[in-house]
Amino acid sequence: MKLTGAEILCETLTRLGVREIFGYPGGAILPVYDALGKSKLHHVLVRHEQGATHMADGYARASGGVGVAMATSGPGATNMVTGIATAMMDSSPVVCITGQVSSKVLGSDAFQEIDITGITMPITKHNVVVTQAGDVARTIREAFVIARGGRPGPVLVDITKDAQQATTQFDWDACAPKLPPKRIRNNHDQAEFDRAVELLNTAKRPVILAGRGIMLSNAMEAFEKFVRVGNFPVAMTLLGIGGFPAKDPLNLGMMGMHGEAWVNNAIQEADLLIAVGMRFDDRVTGDLRTYAKNARKIHIEIDRAEINKNVKVDAALIGDAREMIENLIPHIETRDRSAWIRYINELKGDSAVRDIQSLPDTGHLYAAHVINDLWKETRGEAIVVTDVGQHQMWEAQYYHHDRPRTLITSGGLGTMGFALPAGIGAKFAKPDSEVWVVVGDGGFQMTMSELATIVQEKINVKIAIINNGYLGMVRQWQEFFYDKRYVATPLVAPDFVALANAFGIRAERITKRTEVTPGIRGAREAGETVLLDFRVEQEDSVFPMVAAGASLHDMIRRPHNPLVETASDA
Amino acid sequence: MQTLVAYVENKPGVLNRVSSLARRLAINIDSLTVGPTENEEIARMTIVAHTDERGAHRLEASLEKLVDVLLAENISSRALLERDLALIKVAADQQNRPHLMELIKVFRARVVDVAPESLIIEVSGTVDKIDGLLEVLRPFGVLEMARTGRISMTRGNDLLRPPLLEVESSALESAGSGVK
Ligand SMILES: Cc1cc2nc3c(=O)[nH]c(=O)nc-3n(C[C@H](O)[C@H](O)[C@H](O)COP(=O)(O)OP(=O)(O)OC[C@H]3O[C@@H](n4cnc5c(N)ncnc54)[C@H](O)[C@@H]3O)c2cc1C
Ligand SMILES: Cc1ncc(C[n+]2csc(CCOP(=O)(O)OP(=O)(O)O)c2C)c(N)n1
Ligand SMILES: [Mg+2]
Repeated sequence: MKLTGAEILCETLTRLGVREIFGYPGGAILPVYDALGKSKLHHVLVRHEQGATHMADGYARASGGVGVAMATSGPGATNMVTGIATAMMDSSPVVCITGQVSSKVLGSDAFQEIDITGITMPITKHNVVVTQAGDVARTIREAFVIARGGRPGPVLVDITKDAQQATTQFDWDACAPKLPPKRIRNNHDQAEFDRAVELLNTAKRPVILAGRGIMLSNAMEAFEKFVRVGNFPVAMTLLGIGGFPAKDPLNLGMMGMHGEAWVNNAIQEADLLIAVGMRFDDRVTGDLRTYAKNARKIHIEIDRAEINKNVKVDAALIGDAREMIENLIPHIETRDRSAWIRYINELKGDSAVRDIQSLPDTGHLYAAHVINDLWKETRGEAIVVTDVGQHQMWEAQYYHHDRPRTLITSGGLGTMGFALPAGIGAKFAKPDSEVWVVVGDGGFQMTMSELATIVQEKINVKIAIINNGYLGMVRQWQEFFYDKRYVATPLVAPDFVALANAFGIRAERITKRTEVTPGIRGAREAGETVLLDFRVEQEDSVFPMVAAGASLHDMIRRPHNPLVETASDA
Repeated sequence: MQTLVAYVENKPGVLNRVSSLARRLAINIDSLTVGPTENEEIARMTIVAHTDERGAHRLEASLEKLVDVLLAENISSRALLERDLALIKVAADQQNRPHLMELIKVFRARVVDVAPESLIIEVSGTVDKIDGLLEVLRPFGVLEMARTGRISMTRGNDLLRPPLLEVESSALESAGSGVK
């Protein structure tokens, strides 16, 4: 069968099981768009190529599969950079396809020529330029293998226009992926394994640190068994949330900068930390010199480069989390840990009282109320896609996720503008799931043009803007560390309700606590996209907080009465 | 200083990937040499990096994550043979030429080009040896110098060979880490 490079691309993507492509056309990728029109693939027209990459990323995170984004050369390709970096930092398998000028003019500063493989070298797992139609199928197949294999990540394939146009013989079997020969490392070190088992069976105060690697390896079932057998309390990273049910009594909650105090204190007082698929990010450890000083550490991790990177460990089990955990389970002796668990519960102290949910309704609307009511109304079953900032942390604290891949958020890069497009991608991955985009007034304004994509695609996502009139997270830092000098953080926003209406989207403004639940119910009942503009307290802060560089136990705690702390009360 | 050896695909862009990676990890490279091996599809690199053992581990493991890197290994703590090659153009007149020749002999270097006012000296050996020769040549006037950077090999039976088996075919597509 003779096909053009562009047709081969579409055929290959189809055979790899791709249904949707998120993209934006242009001259250098036009042959592919022409072929797309004749294929069964569904192309989602985005409003900015950054959106395409976040959608592909959201699709990947929600589905556990690979997301595909497409753009033209030059500015189309450079607009993808933020989304690619976001996927890289959070190990998300995304394949980006860019058009490139013809191979005959490569290197001549041709119109819209840009060295996108050079630009994205440090932010992709791998990237390639394809200049021959005959290389398209193999390269794309290899890109998928690379994107999802081992520690997943984004792969970019840059295809010259002449390679898209040229015709060649297409034979699926002849273009199987062929990757360079690799040394097979035998990572199983029996001594290391025995040491880990010994540590697990002798620990008095163990805590598991559960990360995103658990979901990436589909280890949820094995992990739960491991926890149950060993009676280990579990602390979650932000990206690990969902990998172990929040309702499980052994789930302590989130650790780190905005983790609950008892979680961080338990980590600081532990005698054994068992890190599973997490990478000891600095938002998780605080000051490394004082981090869990009395604890031995076991690291279960697929990426050798993560071992001893930030925290020196006593036993490293290198490999897929599920496999490692399954190997360990038969060796774990069940221990009674009631004293240690009771102690951790005592650490909770009056936290529950200080918790905003326990405070009487004074008419003030706090973001935490909104998130907690959203959790109750959706029974914790929605896929929540958050942006970056205070609302992101409140979501992590007040929406309790019991199922994997139901919290989608940019952790490593912390990319504002992620939520709306990633939410669209998640909806395409899980069309039957309820998807909520929880986003700040700042981040929403970064990618709100994707509202048009929602309308054009006729999809149903719910959007909750946590509107505090500030770049809240930065304002909080200015309040705590810069004497309340609010430089460049007060933020004017358009009338989001009118804006949504202009796009043809239903919207409602919510200003009182009593309106929250009815508002959420109304949105859920609607069979279409609804935007809710929650006008929350403007100068509320996220507690607890470990200041950047401070010790993990050195937390700024929740004030006893946050109501008097806010500007409108003063 | 840490020494790593890497076998990489012998194709354009790989050197760029390797140096870009080191820069991303904030590891300074002291020298990086690359050349073909007996297998023309595979090139061998010797990387000398300003870092400690932990940094070298991270570099080694990160290098092996690159698709085009077949194998990377920190060989710093092994019994090594290391060689650097230099061409040194040194000012030489009739008067000091005999003295220069004497030094060249001591260092077991060679004169490979003779001109009325200069000589080109070729010297190979350890970095220390070349540095030593350079030190004594300086007073004569070093006009130009080119050095290859270090290549290293483990001694004796301690073999470091590239993996040969091509990872084949569609089996790859169904493999992976449980992520479909
Ligand atoms: C405003 C803001 C505040 C934040 N505050 C916090 C906070 O308070 N607490 C917090 O936890 N985070 C916080 N973060 C997020 C933080 O920056 C990191 O993104 C997060 O801690 C990373 O979590 P992780 O290590 O589980 O996931 P990742 O960074 O995704 O790392 C996953 C790890 O699992 C490994 N892995 C992948 N696949 C497998 C497999 N199959 N088997 C085994 N291992 C595997 C990977 O190699 C990697 O090391 C915050 C981010 C922002 C933007
Ligand atoms: C693209 C980008 N630019 C800047 C930042 C720095 N930053 C982190 S949080 C934040 C404020 C976010 O404000 P908003 O979206 O209103 O959310 P809030 O914190 O108020 O909930 C900023 C500016 C970032 N994370 N991403
Ligand atoms: Mg805000």
